[in-house]
Parts: sequence; structure tokens; C-alpha cells
Amino acid sequence: MARILPEPTPETRHFWDGCRDGELRLQRCTDCNHTYFPPRAFCPSCASRQVEVYAASGRGVLWSYVINHRPRPDMGTEPYAIAVVKLDEGPTMMTNIVGCQQTPEALVLDMPVKVRFEKQTDDISLPLFEPAQS
Amino acid sequence: MKQNAVAVVGAAETTKMGKIPDVSVIGLHADAALNAMADAGLKPSDIDGVATAGISPVELAHYLGIKPTYADGTSVGGCSFMLHVRHAAAAINAGLAKTILITHGESGRSRVGAGGFGRAPSSLMGQFEMPYGVTSPPTMFTVPVLRYMKTYGVTEEDLANVAVVQREWAALNPRASFKDPITVDDVLNSPMIAWPFRMLMCCLVTDGGGALILTSAERARDFPQKPVYILGTGESVETPMVSQMCDFTSSTAFKISGKKAFEEAGITHVDVDHLMIYDAFAHLPLYGLEDLGFCKPGEAKDFIRERNTAIGGKLPVNTNGGGLSYMHSGMYGMYALQESVRQMRGVAAAQVKDAKISIAHGVGGMFAASGTIIFTNQS
Repeated sequence: MARILPEPTPETRHFWDGCRDGELRLQRCTDCNHTYFPPRAFCPSCASRQVEVYAASGRGVLWSYVINHRPRPDMGTEPYAIAVVKLDEGPTMMTNIVGCQQTPEALVLDMPVKVRFEKQTDDISLPLFEPAQS
Repeated sequence: MKQNAVAVVGAAETTKMGKIPDVSVIGLHADAALNAMADAGLKPSDIDGVATAGISPVELAHYLGIKPTYADGTSVGGCSFMLHVRHAAAAINAGLAKTILITHGESGRSRVGAGGFGRAPSSLMGQFEMPYGVTSPPTMFTVPVLRYMKTYGVTEEDLANVAVVQREWAALNPRASFKDPITVDDVLNSPMIAWPFRMLMCCLVTDGGGALILTSAERARDFPQKPVYILGTGESVETPMVSQMCDFTSSTAFKISGKKAFEEAGITHVDVDHLMIYDAFAHLPLYGLEDLGFCKPGEAKDFIRERNTAIGGKLPVNTNGGGLSYMHSGMYGMYALQESVRQMRGVAAAQVKDAKISIAHGVGGMFAASGTIIFTNQS
């Protein structure tokens, strides 16, 4: 079964194009310098429309997660972690943690992670995260 | 808002609860509405305002043959009914309507005439949460909890204990779905749903409904039931995506809604005799006790372990058994309101003696929204 995939909108297109091209893109307000996610055409902190897209570090820490045992056919048959990472730039982002066991022992809060893009279609790659050296 | 200017004069749940395969969603709304009208001694033609969530207030009004001057379709999840009560109180005070009916009905288990739970793949949730394998609420509402547990040293046993204490309350309630006693070990040995959450830390999935009728306090004295007054109200919303909560250890919407309700009511925490906190999952009462200010951050687990919220405790919480043991059709807020009204009327199955002030605090979505209603039976 094909994985459930996002459908970009004009306001989020730069993010998904970035994932396709191997770059994690965030937005920043050029008036107040606030970095935010998910994408939108204005700063959620000060409402300025003067915002820019930039390439983020792709690094962060594991902020919280659950290990799902409920069926979701497109995610396979084994339990998997639904995680939130806190990016070094500030925002939190839901993702999956790859390249390690999906167990409480392997998934330790605050461990450093880095982005790894996994191609799904010609248009969509998902930003997943894997354990990284601190 | 004016204190004690509006009262609940009709309150009822559906005739049956739990598994109701022979009634559709709209039928559950109507059954609850007719029961509440009978409770208040009213007919549909006496109702001039309607509010509901899940279905449209248009569907509700048409189905019951009501021609209202006020309609509220606020739909922010399971606490929508707290917001309906708040808006109805304001509307009655402003003269928009005199007698407002608020209904809930949901075929959560049997899915008779029920819609789906999908999200458009172009929505923010569809783009930034669904691709990572979230499914039903157990895989979303629970996501912030490990951060809360690490921050305050909360254990899986602490989560399990919430379910254990509420089961004790449910045992006193003939209408509760689950009444048999459970232990912490029982909870920790129940099937894994989404680690660290086990099945008995998650709410039931049932069929049912409830309805409330509100009018001015002035008119309330002429109704057959003891009036239950609206003393204070609050509401707020935060984010449609649990991954975007600004603090994983606290609900901003809870804090704003609770503070506003306490301010309106002009009461302090020691004045509260009875508390309902919408418990879709075992962590909700912990967040609720802290965000409403009954406990300091991280101390709710001890407050519950020391049996303050249990039978005989100083702050009885979720006395119907809660979403974990009483019933949970999907939008549980209505049942929390019903139990507060029963406590204020003095007719609850597990009645808190001499209770004068009760709070029903609701959550909508996955910490997306919140509503708080403070009731009193003192005019």
C-alpha cells in the first residue's frame, strides 16, 4: 500500500521542493528574525509579510514520541515511532526516526538527530530524522 | 459575563448508552434533546435557540422542527459543548434567544450514519503530520507526553493510577461502561496501543449523546428542576497540530480558558467542590489539574496518588468514571457537563455531599481547543 503523502499548497511548495532537492527549508521573518514552521506567507509572531525562506541545518534533538502499535497499513506491520524533533533553529516538527530500533531503549529523549530525506515520488520526499553525533 | 444570570433548566443523556446499533447519529441527538425537553417540561416549539457540533445546527433544528432565532455551530472537538454553553449564556444575556438547546450525539462505536475522520492531504495536518503515521487520537493526543514525563519525573505507573482511581468512581455508577476494579498492574499489562500508552489508559469508544437547555435565571425558577447557574466561563484554542503545541508539558488553551472562567466566577480553587476534566487519555487529568491551577506543574501525579481526587478526597474528579470508564462517544465534553449538572442538582450516582460549585473542563482535538464552565446551585 502506497504511503499517505502530503499535497503541497502554494504556501508550502518551497518546503516540499526543498525536501525533494535535499534541503530542509524553514522561514524567517526579516523584521523580527523569528524562525517558524509550518510554512505560511507571514510571520506568526509579528504578522509581518516580510519573510524569507532559508536552508536550515537539518539538525535537532528528539523532543517526544510514541511507538504506535495501531494498524496503519501504509506504514508496514511493525510498531513505529511517531516523533517530534526540536530543530536547532527552534521549531518543532513531526517526523519518523529512522536508522535505529523503534524501542524506548534506542529512542532517548534529547538525543541529537539529523534529517534524512526519503524519496516517495518524483515530487515528494519526506524529511525523516536519524541519530546523529552531538 | 454576568454571574448567575443564566441557568441550566434541562439536562439529559440518551436513553441508552454504550452500544446502540439501532440509532443513527442524528437520532441520538434527537433522543437526548427529547429527554432534556421532557426534563425541563418543554416542547420543541418552546426552544428558540440551537447549538451543536458534529452535525450542523441546521440539521438539528430541522429534524426537531425548531425555528430558532439563534444558531451556533461552533465545532472545535469534544469541548464544543462548553463553548456552546458559554455562547448561549452570552446570547441569552444579550437577548438573542430565550431558551437554547445544546445537543450531542455520536455513534462512535456502531458508526450508524456517522462520517469519517479524514483530513485533506493539502491541510496542514495532512501535509505535516499524517505522512508520519498518525492514525486515530491514540497516536496523536499522546505525542507530547514523554516530554512531560521526562520534565517532571512522571512514570508509567503514575499514568496507570489515573485510570485506577477513575474506575473506583465508575464502580458507583450503574450507567458506567466499565465498573470492575482494576490495579496499576492491570493497566500496565493491558494491550499496548502507542507506547507508553496501554489500552486502559485510553478512553472507551461508545455510542450515546446528551443535551442541555439553558434559559435566564429569572425564568429558571419556574421550571420543574432545581436550576443550575452558570457562574463563570472560559474558552480558547491553540493549534490544529499537536506537534505545534508551544509547550509539550502544558496546554496553553487550558490555561487561558481556566483563568478566564475563574476570573468571571470570582472564586478561588478552594471554593471548588467538584471537578470534571475531559479525560480522553490518562494524561489529561494531570495536565488539567496543573493548567487549571489546582496543582503546581509536575505535582498532579502526587495529588492523585495521595487520593485527593478519589472517593472521600478533598477534590472529587471525574465522578462519573470519566471517558476512561464511563463512556466516550468521540466528543465527551457533553458528558462532563451532564455530570456537573447532576452534581449541582444533587442527583449524581456518586453524589459529592453538599457540593455547591462544580467545574466542567473540556479539551477539543489534540490539545487544540478548550472550554471551561463553572456551575453553582446557589442563586
